[in-house]
This record gives sequence, C-alpha cells and structure tokens, in this order.
Amino acid sequence: MIKVEHVNKSFGENHVLKDISVEFHQGKFNQIIGKSGSGKSVLAKCVVGLLEVDSGHVYYDDESFTLMNKSEKKEIRKQLGMLFQGGALFDSLTVEENVMFPLKMFAGMGMGEMKDRVEFCLEQVKIEGKSELFPSELSGGMQKRVGIARAIAMNPQYLFCDEPNSGLDPQTAIVIDNLIQELTDKFNMTTIVITHDMNSVMEVGDNIIFIHDGRIWWQGDRKELLYTENKELNDFVYAGSLMGYAKEALRNQQ
Amino acid sequence: MNVIIHIGRYFLLLKLVFTRPERRSIFWTRVVEEVDKLGVKSIGIVALLSVFMGAVIAIQTAANIDSSLIPMYTLGFLSRKSVVLELSPTIISLILAGKVGSNIASEIGTMRVTEQIDALDIMGVNSAGYLIAPKIVAAVFINPFIIVFSMFLGMFGAWLACVGSGVISSDDYINGLQYDFHVFDIVYALIKTVVFAFLITSVSSYHGYYTRGGALEVGRSSTEAVVYSTVAILLANYLLTQLLLV
Repeated sequence: MIKVEHVNKSFGENHVLKDISVEFHQGKFNQIIGKSGSGKSVLAKCVVGLLEVDSGHVYYDDESFTLMNKSEKKEIRKQLGMLFQGGALFDSLTVEENVMFPLKMFAGMGMGEMKDRVEFCLEQVKIEGKSELFPSELSGGMQKRVGIARAIAMNPQYLFCDEPNSGLDPQTAIVIDNLIQELTDKFNMTTIVITHDMNSVMEVGDNIIFIHDGRIWWQGDRKELLYTENKELNDFVYAGSLMGYAKEALRNQQ
Repeated sequence: MNVIIHIGRYFLLLKLVFTRPERRSIFWTRVVEEVDKLGVKSIGIVALLSVFMGAVIAIQTAANIDSSLIPMYTLGFLSRKSVVLELSPTIISLILAGKVGSNIASEIGTMRVTEQIDALDIMGVNSAGYLIAPKIVAAVFINPFIIVFSMFLGMFGAWLACVGSGVISSDDYINGLQYDFHVFDIVYALIKTVVFAFLITSVSSYHGYYTRGGALEVGRSSTEAVVYSTVAILLANYLLTQLLLV
C-alpha cells in the first residue's frame, strides 16, 4: 500500500499540490483522474520520487519514502515499475534488451536466467517474435506492451502507469487496460494509473481519485461514480454526451 | 546570476557523474561503445581537416617567406610548430566540439524529453553516471590518439603542399620538422587535448541532461552545447598556454 499524507508541492508561485492525502490500495487498480494541469502527473512524480515534496510524507507500506536516504530510496525503486506515456523505451536497445535492462543492472542473474525472465515478461504482455526489433519498428500499442514488460521485469510490488491509453485506438486501449488489471490481480501489485480515458475509468477503476485544483476532490469506485452529485466530477467525467448516455445505461442496468 | 546557477549545477552534475557505477562490466562496455561513437567515427573528418590545414599552413608560410636569409627548412619547422602546438589540439577539438558536442547534447536531450532518463531514475539507476561518465572517459582516452593522428596528417599535408608544388625539397622539409624539437611541445598539446575532451563531453552532456520541453528545446540545447563548449575550450586554451608555456 502507498499512503500520501499532507503533501504540498509548488513550482515558484504556482502551488500545484495542496495538502494532498490519499491511499493507494494493494491489489487494486487505483486511478488518478483530473483535468490537464490539475496536478496528477506531479502527484505521481512526487510519489515515485522524481520530484521532491515541499512538505508532507509518502509512505510505502508504512515506511516514509520522504525520510529515506539515497540507498534506501534505491531499494524501494527496485520494487517500482513504471509505464511512461510515450513508452520511454531506450531507442538504441532492442525489445529484448529493453526488458532485460533492469535485470542486467540489478538482478545479478546469469544470461540464461535473464533470457527466461524476458521471455516470461513478454509472454505476459502477449508479445511474441518481436524481441529482436527496435522500439521505432513497433506500433504505439506494442511499445506500451513492451513498456509494461520492462516495468514488471523486476517483479515489482508497485506499478505506475502514466496515461497508458494515450495515442491508442479504443480497442487497443481496452486491451492495455485489461492487461494491466490482469497483471495487478496476478501479482497482487499496487497499481496507480493516471488517465484521461473515461472509458477506462468505467471499465476497470477500483479506486478512483479525482484531483481538481491541486486537491483531492473526490474518491470512490466506479459504481459510486455513477451516482455522485459532485458537480466538478460530473462536469469532468460526463463532459462528452456519449458518457452521459453510458451513465444512464449503466444506472438502468443496476 | 544565471551563470552562477549554471556553474553550480554543472559541478553538482559532475559529482553525480563520478559516483561509483552500478555495474562495472556495463560501464566498461559503454565506454567501448562511446570510444567507437565519439572517437573512431570522427577519424574521417579529422583526417580530411588535418591534411588540408597542414597544406594551407605550409603554402601561407611559404608565401610569406620572402627573405633569402631565412633558410628553406624553416617551412618544415613552422609547419610542425603550428600543427603540434595549436592546429591539431585546438582547432580539431573545436571541430569535435561541433560534431561530438551536438551529437551528445541531442542524444541526451532527446532521452530527457522522451522520459527515458526518468525511466532510468525510476529503476534506481544513476542516470547521470550511466549516460555521461562513459562519454567523458571515452573522449579523454581516445582524443589524444586522434590528435596525434591529426598531427601526423597535418605535417603530411604540409609536406604534400611543399614538395608537390616544388617550393622546397623533401629533405629540407624533413630537416625542418626535426629542427629544435622539444618533447614538451607534444606533452603540452596532449594536456590541452585531454582538458578539451573533458570540456566538450561534460559541457555538452550538461546541456543535454537539463533539456526541458520538446524537439525545439533539444535543438536549442544542441546549439548551446556547441557554443559553450567552444567558449570553454578557448578559455582553457588561454589558461593552459599561460600556465604551461610562459
């Protein structure tokens, strides 16, 4: 479990995160939603330590990440996997080398063992016969899958995904969502997904956190989302007419 | 004020760069790759420039010697002095600042804006050490060889121009090359080369590493890398000459 307590973060005069307190549950598909510029990515970067918080604490299983020294943070980071918006695969390495990279750096495995692990990870994301290709030779969806394979290579306890569906067609987006959910259930990870994709929120969101104006505005699951009276959240989630129809249809189903 | 911030950040980055690498074997593999990328792949342009620079220096010197009191072997002597002391270590380093510096800044800058550096950090890898240290070590190792190679080619270019155009005989030119030779000239040139190699790679890496934004900013970082490493080379050249030759 990851717990964020009273976190504040500013960039000069711009106070981006305002006293944020939230919990991300283990084995759940935690989703952070909110408008562009609301502070979602900043929150995620503070949680993984890419940005330092101005005040407050981030806890990984009750241990304060904020107070840890460099080597302790490094140990926590070995348990983290992250899927970046653009994949962030290393251009100069093949698919196999990308997935093998964290293993080579930290796992202390032999080449045979590493190859087996890479094969296993690529199987999990349903990629076959592409290990010799370079990232530029893959489609956007494929790149995301390889990104997920690399993120799970070290068998992480925590998985962060920054807009995993951006730039993907709706069908591939669902495949990626289902894949992340499957892996979350299978490996009992604490998964945190930043998304703008409301379809994804309706499909797989176990613990949805809505950030508005740098604050946690609402938190609940996808069923609660159908009945919320929160104006800002309704304005955001049901901005498209299609989502409005979907809301009505889902309410009627229940 | 801005300059002080940049200098401070540059030295903080260097501190990160020179921390112990996570895996020594990976570090040395990366050094070998960088030797090939930054050094071996620059040999063609260095060879071309050195031969022509040497030839032009010889012709210009010959054109300016109009007194019969000056012996003809002076041409070989002056060509050697110019090539060894200044043209090869400084001018070739300036050319490399353009070629290698922009390459480094754009490579690291692109990695920054496409979040590849964040990916390294998230994994717990010291991204500065992993990306920059092998480049610095590789350049500091390979550039002296490149510059010595350039010296030979520069003097060969001067010989071609002198002997080819019939200004002096090959024997006179070689006599001039050997006349009043001091090993310290080579030591001085190599000290400069090592310092310039360090400056080119570290300054360019700094500009790439702190790129923010997108493609436009990568281009800007690349230009800044060339400009600032050139300025750094010129300043260091003056300081080292003052310290070592005066």
